Amino acid sequence: MSALRQLRAWLLRLSGIFRRTPNHAFSDEIESHLQLHIDDNIRLGMSPEQARREAVLQLGGIELTTQHYRERATLPGLDDFMQDLRFALRQLRRNPGFTATAAIMLALGIGASVAIFAFVDAALLKPLPYRDPARIASVTETVAIMGRADLSYPDYLDWKRLNNVFSSLDIYGGGGGLLNTSTGALPVSSLRVSDGFFRTLGVTPILGRDFYAGEDLLGTPNTVILSYAGWQKWLHGRADVIGQKVTLDGIPTVVVGVLPQDFDFAPRGGTQFWLPFHAKGQCDLRRSCHGLEGIARLKDGVSMQAASDEMKAIAAQLEKQYPADNRGQGAAVDPLSEIIVGVVRPILLTLLAAAGLLLTIACINVSSLLLVRSESRRKEIAIRGALGASRTRLVRQFLTEGVLLVTLGSVLGLGMAAFAMRAITGPIPELMMSRVPFLVGLRLNTHILMFAAGVALIAAFLFALTPVLRLPLAAMRDGLADGGRGSASTFWRRFGSNLVVLELTIAVVLLVCAGLLTKSFYRLLHVDLNFQPDHLAMVGVMAPDSLYPKDENVVVLQKQIIARVAALPGVLSVGLTTVPPTSFNGNTNWIRVVGHPYHGEHNEVNFRNVSGDYIRTLQASLLRGRLFTDVEDASKQKVVIINKELARMYFPGEDPIGKKMGNNELTPDSIREVIGVVDDIREGSLDSQIWPAMYDPIYQDESNYFTLMVRTSQSPGSLLPTLVSTINAIDPGVGTADPMTLEQRISEGPSNYLHRSTAWLVGTFAVLALVLGAVGLYGVIAYSVSQRTREIGVRMALGAQRNSVYRLVMREALRLSVLGIGIGLICAVGAATLMRSLLFATAAWDATTLASVTALLGGCALLASYIPAHRAASVNPVEALRSE
Amino acid sequence: MGDRTDVWQGTLALMVLKTLEMMGPQHGYGIARRIEQTSESLLSLNYGTLYPALLKLEQEGAIVSDWGVSENNRRAKFYKLTRAGRKQLEKEARNWQQATAILNRFLSPAEEQS
Repeated sequence: MSALRQLRAWLLRLSGIFRRTPNHAFSDEIESHLQLHIDDNIRLGMSPEQARREAVLQLGGIELTTQHYRERATLPGLDDFMQDLRFALRQLRRNPGFTATAAIMLALGIGASVAIFAFVDAALLKPLPYRDPARIASVTETVAIMGRADLSYPDYLDWKRLNNVFSSLDIYGGGGGLLNTSTGALPVSSLRVSDGFFRTLGVTPILGRDFYAGEDLLGTPNTVILSYAGWQKWLHGRADVIGQKVTLDGIPTVVVGVLPQDFDFAPRGGTQFWLPFHAKGQCDLRRSCHGLEGIARLKDGVSMQAASDEMKAIAAQLEKQYPADNRGQGAAVDPLSEIIVGVVRPILLTLLAAAGLLLTIACINVSSLLLVRSESRRKEIAIRGALGASRTRLVRQFLTEGVLLVTLGSVLGLGMAAFAMRAITGPIPELMMSRVPFLVGLRLNTHILMFAAGVALIAAFLFALTPVLRLPLAAMRDGLADGGRGSASTFWRRFGSNLVVLELTIAVVLLVCAGLLTKSFYRLLHVDLNFQPDHLAMVGVMAPDSLYPKDENVVVLQKQIIARVAALPGVLSVGLTTVPPTSFNGNTNWIRVVGHPYHGEHNEVNFRNVSGDYIRTLQASLLRGRLFTDVEDASKQKVVIINKELARMYFPGEDPIGKKMGNNELTPDSIREVIGVVDDIREGSLDSQIWPAMYDPIYQDESNYFTLMVRTSQSPGSLLPTLVSTINAIDPGVGTADPMTLEQRISEGPSNYLHRSTAWLVGTFAVLALVLGAVGLYGVIAYSVSQRTREIGVRMALGAQRNSVYRLVMREALRLSVLGIGIGLICAVGAATLMRSLLFATAAWDATTLASVTALLGGCALLASYIPAHRAASVNPVEALRSE
Repeated sequence: MGDRTDVWQGTLALMVLKTLEMMGPQHGYGIARRIEQTSESLLSLNYGTLYPALLKLEQEGAIVSDWGVSENNRRAKFYKLTRAGRKQLEKEARNWQQATAILNRFLSPAEEQS
């Protein structure tokens, strides 16, 4: 009751701030009060003058009463603040140029850093959406050639049995699948996992149940758990989905569960169908076939390091036990988060640093603008002080102006950040997005707003402080004297110019980094592919086991596809491969050359099954020997084509043609004769090493999943729909996936995307920094010229030439620029060394980049200072002297 | 002003409310005079201090005001007790009486014994 009363009173007082009338109404009331009192007093026999004097006396003074009344009518502290605010608004409105410049610069700085922080927050700060994610480890085998590598199922079983460090160890593996729908077989993303996979992550289905222990063993019914997105997309989010059947790869499978909406497993982002592992087939049961990855939950009290040590020891033990299969197979235990965000961390940190530097420049520019303005407001401040404004009140005025400016900048900046976040995540290609599912649906949230508020608070403090420091209020009286300018401008020149040196330094660092990243990207795009990437169309083909159980069936399908597609208009040649170029290094074989000394080492080489026309279709050059033809099928002598790198590594100083090689045990059916050497077709991503590679005839070694590569005479993109429909026409039960041109694939590939977007973002920041730096330099020089107009006038009146005036002004600009660029270059090399991991085939001290940045920034600096210098040289001495 | 006491903050509001209850709608000057008379001039009251107190009561919803005409035909702002004001008065008067009763027992215990 009483609290309510107080609230009501407070609200009324608050509204009183905005009402301008009560004073007027109250003066009426006072007047009426006095009149009543005077009437009484006259009745008591006083003269009218005395009556009024007595009445006012009894009242306690008109002014004092009015003031007390007003204090009760409003909230005095807030009222002062509103006055400050109104005054500040007026100040800002009176200088729209200053306000707009300052607000836009701040908005750029804040917008850039908030947008980048949003990514940092989503990727690096927000914990993974699992229970106690810091205790989850990624567990895999390692091999010399690629470090972390996949796990084999028998090794996994041994690891699970032998370790004492994990409370659970689970695996996932596999990839695509075909879902039967009303419109034919459609490729879907699926993953085979061991029974405890979701329990290890600490995720519980929202519908139905988790896999039960032992459900991943062969012989149990076929079941599947759907991701939320998969449930929505394929089963329309129906509540009665549990117990229903879907047909995956031709096999009827019962839906037993649906996962929560916020669940995603970033190492295989976007997976919709989760199947129990069901070890079967050649690969699963073979110790040397590595196609799985592990996740584990650490036991309480066990550190990542201890787990890693133990797993390494177990791997060493297995290596002794199975020398043929496990030679060189180590173990790696890393935090799962590291596997997920390890790639993007250096990029994000670089971007955050760049955005921070941009923000610094923006803040410096705004502070120097404020400084210049506070110079011109010295007199105003002095007058306000002389009229009785307290020191706190004056400081508060600056604080209000700073806060107002920053608020304006922050609101604009948040708008820019929201826009930038959409602009950056919008075009992330699917290939990339599936690796960074944590960026899906990125938007402004409390974390980000808090960060923005923090940045704004620091900026506001800085801007409020700058003029306050600048105006030692004790010396306020000096402001009234007109001559008090000399010392002020010296201070400003020294302090302001140091700030400009800092700005130029930052601009150099950003420009150099952007230059290096751009050059890396350029180098990446011009890396030797050793085949012709243009006019190539590609589409993945999946022939389900249920429809094509035998190699012969697949061969028939493949020959049919090749024949139909080759007959399409505009098609020049058609090839098949199990792994398309520029996708990844991996899918390897262990080889051993017949007749060479061998000590059991694992000679890991890329392994692809290709059709006869594949290498011709890529237009890769054959260096020696011959290509195979499509008649060389399983009935003929087994042959192989190797790449230049394999020839160099395993046939040093001899002609490989006619030599034989096989697997590490030289099993008779693995022996193949080398018939040709091709150029090093780039199998891995653009920034990876060239690995040795072998190409087997696809008809001698079948695979149900393959990729069709087509060279066209017209634009390859226009052929894609025809390719898909041609394959569907042959058999609607065959799935097609990812139809795209090879150039698309290259440009949308993760390594390409990461390099490109980093270069773009840092480049944008650098250009902004360049502009802001130039504006800052211009501001400093222009201000110093405007302060020295009289001096320049005197010099010219005394006979100084225009040239010497130019020299006078430019000398200062030159000094600042040389200093800024010099320090900047040193810092830039340091910064570039720190982001070495993002550079590709480019040294941190790349001379061309450093030289171009110096030239560019030097040019801009000269231009920025030439304009005020020119103005100074055009000073009319008479005008200049009169103006004082 | 030897034997004249300054008005305690807080008690003024109670006096205003009570005065309005006794007299019905009244203007500020009238209230001030009435308080002075009731205290038999033992209270020294700057009439001006009455107005912030009136404003506070009005903001709290205990009284409302309106312009009207006084008995000798002067325009004046009249204050009137609201229902909430009446309740507030009852409650505060009771509190006050309780407080004074307790203090009385401390200050004149002899009376209690007889």
